[in-house]
Parts: sequence; structure tokens; C-alpha cells
Amino acid sequence: MSTPNAEPDLLYSEEEEALRAAVRDLLTDHCGPAAVIARTESDTPHDPALWKQLTEGMGLAGLLIPEARGGQGATHREVAVVLEELGRAVAPVPYLTSAVVATEALLACDDAELLERLASGRTVGALAVSLTAAPGAPFATARVENGVLHGELTSVADAVAADVLLVPADDGDLYAVAADAVTRTPQIPLDLTRPLATVTLDGAPGRRLGPAEPAVRRALRAGAGLLASEQLGVADWALTETVRYLKERKQFNRPVGGFQALKHRLAQLWLEVVNLRAAARAAADALTTGHDTDLTAAVAQSYASPVAVRATEEALQLHGGLGMTWEHPVHLYLKRAKADSLAYGSAGAHRAALAGLADLQAP
Amino acid sequence: MIDAGELRRRTAELLAAYPPATTDRLDFLRARFDAGLAWVHYPEGLGGLGAPRSLQAVVDEELAAAGAPDNDPRRIGIGLGMAAPTVLRYGTDEQKARFLRPLWTGEEVWCQLFSEPGAGSDLAALGTRAVRDGEDWVVDGQKVWTSSAHLARWAILIARTDPDAPKHAGITYFICDMTDPGVEVRPLRQITGEAEFNEVFLTGVRIPDRHRLGEAGDGWRVAQTTLMNERVSIGGMRLPREGGMIGPVAKTWRERPYLRTHDLHQRLLKLWVEAEVSRLTAERLRQQLNAGQPGYEGSGMKLAFARLNQEISGLEVELRGEEGLLYDDWTMRRPELVDFTGRDAGYRYLRSKGNSIEGGTSEVLLNIVAERVLGLPAEPRTDKDVPWKDLAR
Repeated sequence: MSTPNAEPDLLYSEEEEALRAAVRDLLTDHCGPAAVIARTESDTPHDPALWKQLTEGMGLAGLLIPEARGGQGATHREVAVVLEELGRAVAPVPYLTSAVVATEALLACDDAELLERLASGRTVGALAVSLTAAPGAPFATARVENGVLHGELTSVADAVAADVLLVPADDGDLYAVAADAVTRTPQIPLDLTRPLATVTLDGAPGRRLGPAEPAVRRALRAGAGLLASEQLGVADWALTETVRYLKERKQFNRPVGGFQALKHRLAQLWLEVVNLRAAARAAADALTTGHDTDLTAAVAQSYASPVAVRATEEALQLHGGLGMTWEHPVHLYLKRAKADSLAYGSAGAHRAALAGLADLQAP
Repeated sequence: MIDAGELRRRTAELLAAYPPATTDRLDFLRARFDAGLAWVHYPEGLGGLGAPRSLQAVVDEELAAAGAPDNDPRRIGIGLGMAAPTVLRYGTDEQKARFLRPLWTGEEVWCQLFSEPGAGSDLAALGTRAVRDGEDWVVDGQKVWTSSAHLARWAILIARTDPDAPKHAGITYFICDMTDPGVEVRPLRQITGEAEFNEVFLTGVRIPDRHRLGEAGDGWRVAQTTLMNERVSIGGMRLPREGGMIGPVAKTWRERPYLRTHDLHQRLLKLWVEAEVSRLTAERLRQQLNAGQPGYEGSGMKLAFARLNQEISGLEVELRGEEGLLYDDWTMRRPELVDFTGRDAGYRYLRSKGNSIEGGTSEVLLNIVAERVLGLPAEPRTDKDVPWKDLAR
């Protein structure tokens, strides 16, 4: 196994910290837990006003898109910081799906028109591939018949919020399909903050973008690698909030956080969050530099899912009865963490990929 | 202002005046110390130039490229990592001038007389007594888990000087001459069959008062400097991918496919990921320190590596199948260094059991993380204001 020539930059730059502060301020003011809970039961599970502020206000939808294509020409490192904050707030916006996954697919095809539209945030895109698909794994496709598209694609994240769907077809190409040319049937998702839908194409016209396989692979790899940063935000919220609560909550005439059994559990969780931060930073940096990217993204995604799930499960347990209520936001994080653990390839799928990438072949 | 360029210039001067190829090793090391290139962050006259610590790498690279001898830092790790920073911070001018140069060149090996059979995690409860007698202190007691005691010329020692004070207040820090006739060193055989460590029996050992470090009764505070530096040096290691215990397991996996099973494969991949992530965390900590952003991550590194070493070596024994039933050598030996790579899987399995005990047990370290990093309430203390002599033991 060779050592990477240059170690990844695992820190946050001053500019990245400034970006984080700006996003966090916005989310603190406009994406509080009570509002997120209320929205999950409304007719618009997405928050269009928040999306507008993040995109038209702050220009965040175009971070990965070059300036020549109407974007900001930033890198995956900045996107990762945005995703940490969106994860920390379980923000119901299609950022990962549109500004990362769909954008990466369009970058692979270098589609100037759609890149410019997505960069502004006024158009939301969604890759019409199941949220569970791992990079490099097979995915379902639509049929091309007489130049139009047919078929049913399930578990497409943020499809209802999308204006344009990127649909892989059985002729090997990726097509841009207007959302109003298909039927989108909302599914009932475990994670209400990232809605899913079945996309039914019944003779929908599409515009050919380019070969599907490399575009989808690139999109899912970026999605998987950067999802680790969202999971970091989720896990960090769970740890921080639980520590805060256990310092306040008193039973047996003392703060519950003073009991050693609980202190050790939280210290252990802190260790895992510290590790997750290094893994997520490494993945963001590897996507930026293109160095050792497949392996680093697979390592991050193998590690991140179980940590984020455990952090939110511990948060629930350590909040006691309060953690079981609909009113307390911990369930939003548990559901997001559990759904994330299936997104863009499970930890097991990424470990299976590592068997090849790290030359640790199966029996 | 000492910058990288200036350090390169001074290193080139040293190499010109003392060509490594024709200079005696010790002469070279002494000349390097006197040129301030031993540890550049130390003060001038004590082996340094008052330069930023991160610039040491510049000197080390130039010297390594020129084939210069080093001071074999692993052999004198306790002196370099623990005794030296404490002497530097609390020592008198006379002590610094006397001890630091031969410590750094390796002419004088140091050991640490802290732990006792009755004072492990609760180190501050230690019972080795030091009683003032004229210009000397007379020391009686027993220390344990002392590496290098059989090689050492000097020891850093903490002993109880006031049994009537609460435990933290009655301790004094000394430099102990290991050649004193009252010092008896016995090998302590461990579960691996060898004896890396010693028991040290102190009987009427006389330490002159000028070998006291810090004030009488202030030894606990002085010892914090020693222990803090121990953790920094544990956290500061830089490893390549597969540089730790996972390396030999991955190698065996690749070279001997007939040993592979599905169960072992799942566990190997999981541990490989954890080892790589821990390596990245250590790298991130190193980058933080270099950028002058001391992180808390260091407190967790030892915890993480202890557990990983144990799990990985446990897997390795199983992976070896029938060979896992065997052990390379139970002969009682006195290794100078812990060598995880030169021995078989069984040795690694047994030796790594100590990783969660030595240098702070994992249980105590979890308390430290919970209290100092997360700010959770401290353990209830029933011993804080009680005179040491009245504590339960």
C-alpha cells in the first residue's frame, strides 16, 4: 500500500470559517428546530424562502461551478463547510442533491445552459437515481422508445422540489427532463427533511446531455464524499446538544452529566466525532485536489454513517423520555442520520469498494 | 529573527566544521548541541536558539540528508520527552547547565520514578517518603513500571515530603542519582515473557537539596509539566498509511490468501478504515499544532490507538490460524526498546494489552476528556482536604 505523496489539508481556512459563520447565522435565524418540525407536516416540506437566501442571497448553489459557467468557482472544501452547517440544522433544502450531485453530473457533461441555471439556484436539479445508489454500482434506467422516455424510478431525493430531472436511460445516455413532463409521486420518507418521490416517465421528452455512466459515477462519488460532512454536522449537533442537556438536567440531586457511566459514553462519542471530522475533511480535500479521491471518499463514507447514527441514538437515549417526544428535535437528527446511512452507498458498500481500492481482496 | 534560511545556514556551518564522515559521533552531537541546533525551541546556551518548535524539522532534514548521526531519540525518550521540559521549566541555572547537554547527547540516560504499587491511577497518593536531613533528603520507598531504570544515570522522582498535608500538597520533585548505593533495580517480568520495565527499591537514598526541582511541596505542579509532555509526545507521531499495527495484518492478508475467511474480511475492512481514520486524526492534530492552533484531539489519540492496537492484534492472531496457537519466544529478555514489528502476532496481542494501562488508563483518560474537553462535572472527591496520612489504603 503506497502512502499518499502529500497529506491532505485537514484544517479549515479563515475563509472557510467565515463562510461557516455566515451560513450558521442565517440558519440560526431562519431554520430553528420548531419550524423544521412544523414544516415536515406541511404541504411544502422544502423551505423555498431559506433556499432563496442560501442561493440568491449567498450564491452557495454555484460553489462547484466555474465562474465561466456562472458559478463561484469554489471547491468541495467550501461546499463541505456549508453541508456541515446544513446538517447541524437538518435544513430542509435540496442543497446536497442539486448543488452537489446534480451539479457534478452536469459538470461531467459540461452542459453550459443547465449549469448556469443551477448556479443561480433559481433552477433546482435532481439526479433521478435512487438515493441508495453507491458510486460505481449499477442503477436503474428509463427506457428510450421512439425518442421519448418511459419508466419508473424510485426513491429519488428532492424530486418534488426539482425543476429539472437528470434521467439516465437504457441507451447509455443521461437526459435532462423538465419536471412538469413527468409524474412525481411523493413517498413517505423516514427522514421527512429530505423528501423522496417516485418519478414516472410516460413518453417524456428529454434533452441528451452526454454519457450517463461517468456522469452518475462522478455525481455519486462527490455525493458520498461530501455526505460525510453533513453527517459530521448531524453528529456534532447530537454531541453538543446532549452534553449541554446533561449539564442542566438534574436527577438524584446532581447533574446527570456527572455520572461516570454517562461521561465515558460522551467522551467516547467525542472521540468518534473528532475522527469523523478528520475523515470528512480528508474527503473534501481529496475531491478538491483529485488526489487519492476514490479511496479517501470510501474511507470517509465507511466511517461516517455508523458514527452519525450512534451519535443521534445516544442523544435520544441520554435525553430520556424527552428524546422520544415529537416536540424535541432529536428525532429529526436520528431520522436524518439513519437515512444518510443508506444514502450514496451504505458503509458496507463502501467497505466492499475498499477491498478493491486498498487491495484487501475478499476470500 | 531565526527563520528557516538562518537555520539552514547554521546547519551548513556545523556540517562544515564537523564533517559527519570524519567526526566522532559524540563529538558531533556535542557540537550540534553547542551550536543551538539540538532543539531549536530551547533557549540559547541550552541546545537551542529560541526559534519556533516547528522549525526543528528544517534542521533534522538537512542533517539527515548529510548523513549526520542522531542522538537515538527512542533510546532516550524519557529524558527528551519528560525530564528535559521539566528541568527547563523548573530547574535552576546550575541544574539546566549540568543536566541538559548530556541528556540530549544520550551520554546520560534518564528514567522516571513516579508510579508505585499503591499509586497507579491515583498517582498523587504516592507513599515513597523523602525526609530532610541537613543538606540532603533521605528517600525510602518502592517505584514500579520504570523503563530504562537499569540503564539510567538519573531519574526524575516524586516523593512525599509532608504526610500531614493533603495528598497533592505534600509532594516534592527531585532528580535522583541512580548510582546511589540505596537504589536497587529489579527486572519486572511481564505477560510477554520479557522485562521491559523494572521495580526500583529506594532504601536510605540520599539526594542533595540542590537536586530538588521546584519548591518543597510543589512537586505535583512540577509533575504536571512532565505528564503533559508525555501526552504531547504520544500525540505527535506521524504515520504513513498502514504504518501502524494494521500493516502486518494487511501484508499477511495479501500474501497468504488461503487464510482468508468472510468473517475475517469484514472485520479487517472495518479495522483498516478505523486505522486510516485515526491516522488522519493524528495528521490533523499535527497540522493544528504546526498552525499554532492547539487542539484537544491529542487527549483522544492515546485512547484511540490503545483500542485499535488491541483489536487489530487480536484479529491478527485469529487470521494466522494454526500459527495463532504458537508464540515466538518466551525467553526472559531485557529489550531496550518496545519493538512491535520485530515480533510475531502473539507478542503484539499481549504487549498491546498494556496500551490501555500505561501512561494513563483508558478509564482515567475518558474522565479527563469528559471533564476538560466536554466540561462535564468532575468526579466527587472525598480526598481533597484530608491529610495524606489519613487516606484509605
